[in-house]
Amino acid sequence: MTTDTLQARPDVPQDSPKGRRRLRLPAAVRAGRQHHAGPATYVLLTVAAVLSLFPLYWTMVAASTDNTRVTQTPPPFLPGPHLFENLGKAWQDAALGKAMVNSLIVAGTIAVSTVLFATLAGFAFAKLRFKGRNILLTLVIGTMMVPPQLAVVPLFMMMTELGWGQKLPAVIFPTLVSAVGVFFMRQYLADALPDELVEAGRVDGAHSLRIFWSIVLPVARPAMAVLFMITFVHAWNDFFWPFIVLDMSNPTVPVALTQLSAGYVRDQSLIMAGALLGTLPLLAMFVVFGRQIVGGIMQGAVKG
Amino acid sequence: MATQTSTAAAGGQPAEEPAGPVRPARGRRQRRPDGRRSTLLHRLDVRGAPYAFIVPFFAVFAAFSFYPLIYTAWISLHRVELSSLDLMEWVAFDNYAALLQDERFWNALSNTITIGVLSTVPQLLMALGLAHLLNYRLRGSTFFRVAALTPYATSVGAAALVFTMLFERDFGMINWTLSLVGVDNVDWEGNKWAAQIAISTIVIWRWTGYNALLYLAAMQAIPRDRYEAAAIDGASRWQQFLKVTIPGIRPTIIFTIVLSTIGSTQLFGEPLIFGQGPNGITGGADNQYQTLGLLLYEEGWKNYQMGRAATVAWAMFLLLILVFALQRLLKRRSSRSS
Repeated sequence: MTTDTLQARPDVPQDSPKGRRRLRLPAAVRAGRQHHAGPATYVLLTVAAVLSLFPLYWTMVAASTDNTRVTQTPPPFLPGPHLFENLGKAWQDAALGKAMVNSLIVAGTIAVSTVLFATLAGFAFAKLRFKGRNILLTLVIGTMMVPPQLAVVPLFMMMTELGWGQKLPAVIFPTLVSAVGVFFMRQYLADALPDELVEAGRVDGAHSLRIFWSIVLPVARPAMAVLFMITFVHAWNDFFWPFIVLDMSNPTVPVALTQLSAGYVRDQSLIMAGALLGTLPLLAMFVVFGRQIVGGIMQGAVKG
Repeated sequence: MATQTSTAAAGGQPAEEPAGPVRPARGRRQRRPDGRRSTLLHRLDVRGAPYAFIVPFFAVFAAFSFYPLIYTAWISLHRVELSSLDLMEWVAFDNYAALLQDERFWNALSNTITIGVLSTVPQLLMALGLAHLLNYRLRGSTFFRVAALTPYATSVGAAALVFTMLFERDFGMINWTLSLVGVDNVDWEGNKWAAQIAISTIVIWRWTGYNALLYLAAMQAIPRDRYEAAAIDGASRWQQFLKVTIPGIRPTIIFTIVLSTIGSTQLFGEPLIFGQGPNGITGGADNQYQTLGLLLYEEGWKNYQMGRAATVAWAMFLLLILVFALQRLLKRRSSRSS
């Protein structure tokens, strides 16, 4: 039952007795909330979807023509024949191969460690009793208010001293944990993990790590998957700090993309090809897991 | 199997590695006499494990966020150059005095505020409308939700590059569209307000769908009977939206305002890339769209003055605190008057 809560959420009203709500549809319609959408709603939503997707579509269009066509008016609206040629060139010019590998390492490591530590801490805050629990949880929430970007100056000095300048650990270490993640897992586990299950584990003589491993992890898995994807998106797109501490010899994707705009490559369709390449991995993830990511963001929101 | 258990017990090492659910409960009870150590370990485990579980979070946060934040204040009282980071010369509040007299600081501050307002207000209002639409019973609701969230998956880099082209003065699609209705080419980069609107557009595009989903989730959590009661009282749909929906999602609205405010004080990537290279860091030839984030970077990594960069960072932090204090004050006054 717990495994499909997250997937079920987007379609079913968020209130606690989940599936049952659907049966009382007439009441809902009368209540004025879940009105059936009229044509105007569909028109407006289609406009919104077009506005959301058009810049990405146009990136593809521009990436598939050549520089002369892109810079003409009226601008092109339909794809041209040069897509793969331009993608290949941009891949080389912006050194995107290395950037992709770097971004995969950075985002992957950060996502795995964020999920692991957030689940550990979230479990402790949700189900274990200890002194100072409430104060510490408030502290976690308070840390969300501290923008990490403000710390870049000493962080840069620290990384230089550690010899991590221009190296990936400099980007990975400061973001190994996330307060939002801890809070997200706490909220999820508080609901999804029955106290009796933890108690039963204790009675059987399992120590806490064992309880975590064989009782908490299976229950937490759907939320962990969502947190992984959201963290991955954020880490992949993170810009300010990587831009400061890395350079073009060893960039992540967003840092490498600045090279395209900085005048090394002036060909507009190549710039767009690079932008497209840099976004492609996340777009692929969205096509496959978009539903789950949407559900995860909404799940985090109600409780937050 | 049985022999193994008994040797372990005889060896005096019981609960070191509890076999968990596998171990029969009766066996444990029989071994009460030397179970002392196991209870001690058990108590240690119950007491200590929670702290062990939360320690990684606090350790990383302390080392890479809290300590640097405090240290930023200390650095801001020194003269430090990028080329010699270990030479710190005490200058007390000189950096602050210089900052307050620096026109570029006031310019960047006002740009940060105007771009912040230009991007946050339309963004949240549009998100509210979008959430309302998504809250209808829809065919293909998943498609509309995922479509709305797609810009969120686009990195600042890619988004800013695309919009830079769409806003291009001579051949950009936006100027071409405007020319169809008789508007002359707008210089989206050179003109101060045009540039700030263009940059705000990038922010709005990336974050509207995300905020809409937060609102949608909150809207779906509003109990149905409130709408029923309002409908019985004869409230129109618009009145229901104002009197039931908005108050119902108020905490989420405040949450998104806080998030967007934090986001807009830090604005960096969009104006940097929008400026296409050398003009990026200074925020245009006349600093017309230089934000505090860009000024921080310019002081530290272009002018090599880390002390001054730290001063800008600390000023940004103070600005945030000021905004939140103001917001609380307004909130208290509005709740008192109502």
